[in-house]
Amino acid sequence: MNRDLPRWADWGLIPALNLALAFAVSGLVMLAVGESPLEAVYWIWVGAVGDGSAIYPHGESIGQTLYFTTYFIFTGLAVAVAFHCGLFNIGGEGQAYIGGLGVGLVCLYLDFLPFILILPAAILAGALFGGAWAFVPGYLQAKRGSHIVITTIMFNFIASSLMIYLLVNVLIEPGQQSPASRAFAEHARMPTIQDAFGWTGIDLGLSDLNLSFLWAIAACVFVWVFIWHTRWGYEIRTVGQNERAAVYAGISPARNIILAMVVSGALAGFVGLNAVMGDHHRLLRDFVLGYGFAGIAVSLMGRNHPVGVVLAALLFGALYQGGFVLDVEMDNVTRELVVVVQGLVILFAGALEHMFRPTIARWFARPAAAAVP
Amino acid sequence: MDLFLSLIQLLDSSLRLATPLVLAALAGLYCERAGIVDIGLEGKMLGAAFAAATTAYLTGSVWAGLVAGIAASVVLALLHGFACITHRGNQVVSGVAINTLVMGLTPVLGHAWFREGGQTPALSNGTPFAGVQLPYVPVDRDAAMALIVQQDPDLRTLRQLTNRLEAGDADLAARIDALLVAPTPVISWIMAGLQGFANGTVDFVTATRFTPIELPLAETLAPVPILGPVYGELISGHNILVYAAVALVPLTAWVLYRTRFGLRLRAVGENPAAVDTAGISVARMRYQAVIVTGILCGIAGAYLSTAHNAAFVRDMTAGKGYLALAALIFAKWRPVPVLLTCLLFGFLEAMEARLQGVSVPLIGEVPVQLIQAMPYILTVVLLAGFIGRAVAPKASGIPYVKER
Repeated sequence: MNRDLPRWADWGLIPALNLALAFAVSGLVMLAVGESPLEAVYWIWVGAVGDGSAIYPHGESIGQTLYFTTYFIFTGLAVAVAFHCGLFNIGGEGQAYIGGLGVGLVCLYLDFLPFILILPAAILAGALFGGAWAFVPGYLQAKRGSHIVITTIMFNFIASSLMIYLLVNVLIEPGQQSPASRAFAEHARMPTIQDAFGWTGIDLGLSDLNLSFLWAIAACVFVWVFIWHTRWGYEIRTVGQNERAAVYAGISPARNIILAMVVSGALAGFVGLNAVMGDHHRLLRDFVLGYGFAGIAVSLMGRNHPVGVVLAALLFGALYQGGFVLDVEMDNVTRELVVVVQGLVILFAGALEHMFRPTIARWFARPAAAAVP
Repeated sequence: MDLFLSLIQLLDSSLRLATPLVLAALAGLYCERAGIVDIGLEGKMLGAAFAAATTAYLTGSVWAGLVAGIAASVVLALLHGFACITHRGNQVVSGVAINTLVMGLTPVLGHAWFREGGQTPALSNGTPFAGVQLPYVPVDRDAAMALIVQQDPDLRTLRQLTNRLEAGDADLAARIDALLVAPTPVISWIMAGLQGFANGTVDFVTATRFTPIELPLAETLAPVPILGPVYGELISGHNILVYAAVALVPLTAWVLYRTRFGLRLRAVGENPAAVDTAGISVARMRYQAVIVTGILCGIAGAYLSTAHNAAFVRDMTAGKGYLALAALIFAKWRPVPVLLTCLLFGFLEAMEARLQGVSVPLIGEVPVQLIQAMPYILTVVLLAGFIGRAVAPKASGIPYVKER
């Protein structure tokens, strides 16, 4: 990372500027379809935090926002870890899908165990399945030189076909038409935060926010420790910064590429905890609704740091939840507007990151240069 | 004979399904050969499909739709170029951005404009194209006058117009004359498009969808065994974009290997520094490549919504852009293998529907999902170097920084 900018500009100003641009362009889209952008902002805000009315109570809205935030923390961290190794993991979607399969299998077939054993088993299975789905592209990149971007894309499609096959032919609930498994036993479901912490007096209404959220926060701490305070993280970052230098330092790029991908896939696999175990309580089709791709935007905005990822995930959680209300309240607008914002964030924060940087760097350089006589 | 006929039908639908893949893969070929990775084929196709169906619906002209589709795709391609060439951004990230943006934008606009769950209204079949039918060109004096009456709120009837003309209104006469100076076809298509937007719907031209073309002699040859069905069913009776896609393969091969442009294009993808030393602008070459990519992706998208289907449906590319990317890699970035690979992928897709629940001798029932996943599995295996080796152009994915 170059130090041509003060830290606060790098971490605050530039993401804020990118976000402002993304919102500005989305506003233009709104004007183009003849709707008021400010009204859209209002409804997204109401959707995300509620307005205290009976339809949009604060607790339930905020709970729902945090429920979506949970997804984006997992996938954002997944993308970030791979980024630190110089890898672009575009396969979060497939890894989350397969991770969910692992979680679902545990909940379906180990439900003779008590919850206290099912939970760690499900976490482990999500990590293992997601990690395994990322291991193959990682291995192929490290050892066979096939490009990670292409293989992870291919693995997204293969995951989708595999899941449909399993749901249609193996896991389908007997006597049912739709490709979905039976519902999990009551004790094999992830308790909602409301159920677990209702005694403290918080009121999250009927929101889907569940204990996976706490695991997401734990994952943030884990990533922070792993990337910046362990030898593995140090090696991964070295490979990501300069592969050749890593080789001279006795660090094996191949080993670290595989390691970074497996950790990345495992993090994406945790999406299954929130979706399958926490929300749907059964295995079904397409429970990963673009969360993997959204992770790219989250990671780019969060500058690949867990704190940044949490903040960006909160923003996207609010946007996703707000999008549902937008859909209902505004006639002419659909919730895909949120996807437009997401695309613009990826564009400005990712693809066009070099557009403003030099200009802003010059602003900061000028007073500093003037101060030196 | 029955088996033969169903084989012909299978190949026939393979060809139809392969067409968008061929177009999109050739599109990717141009920019990847110039060193620009393009994950955004999917988004460009989807954007083009939407623009083409919308414009075809509003103007009533499928050709105007095609032009609009190409224009939309080229704009997206230029955005990709702006990010990757001018600002040296990450090419993969830029592609993902474009895909995401279009995935969101098309349903938002579609819903706001048409209210059919993000779709465009169905396009009518109209009368089939007999060969190539020229689109709306307002050269006719009556048509020009009718147009002015339609546009001008002061004029209610044609009678009023002629009255004012007889009264010596030079301004009106000049406006009619301006329309009579026949604009080039492209301009008139765009005009037709703008007009359609202003008026809601206009039905100037009969067809709003690309329809099959019967090649000559198809009827005559029909009774001839083997040749008759092959010619009549398989070769004849496709829409013009299918033939265009097939024709673009040798054309691309020629451009790539036999022209100066092609030589420079390949050089820019392999060793941009050398091209720069020779006094050729790397950025300019790459921009040209990206524009060609945009044009071809635009045709691919227009094919989806105005030829293969008769409306834009949400997310109608459904991964075809990524499949084209896989085909491009599988073909090792060469034009003729691109055609063959796309035909293979199209064939697999055509088989999918026919193999559902059918037991194949010796193998048993093949899961449809396995056939669905087959192109992706094959590509991964190829990339891993287990069957041959796919080596990308050397400079692909690396922004070019001119040394100072």
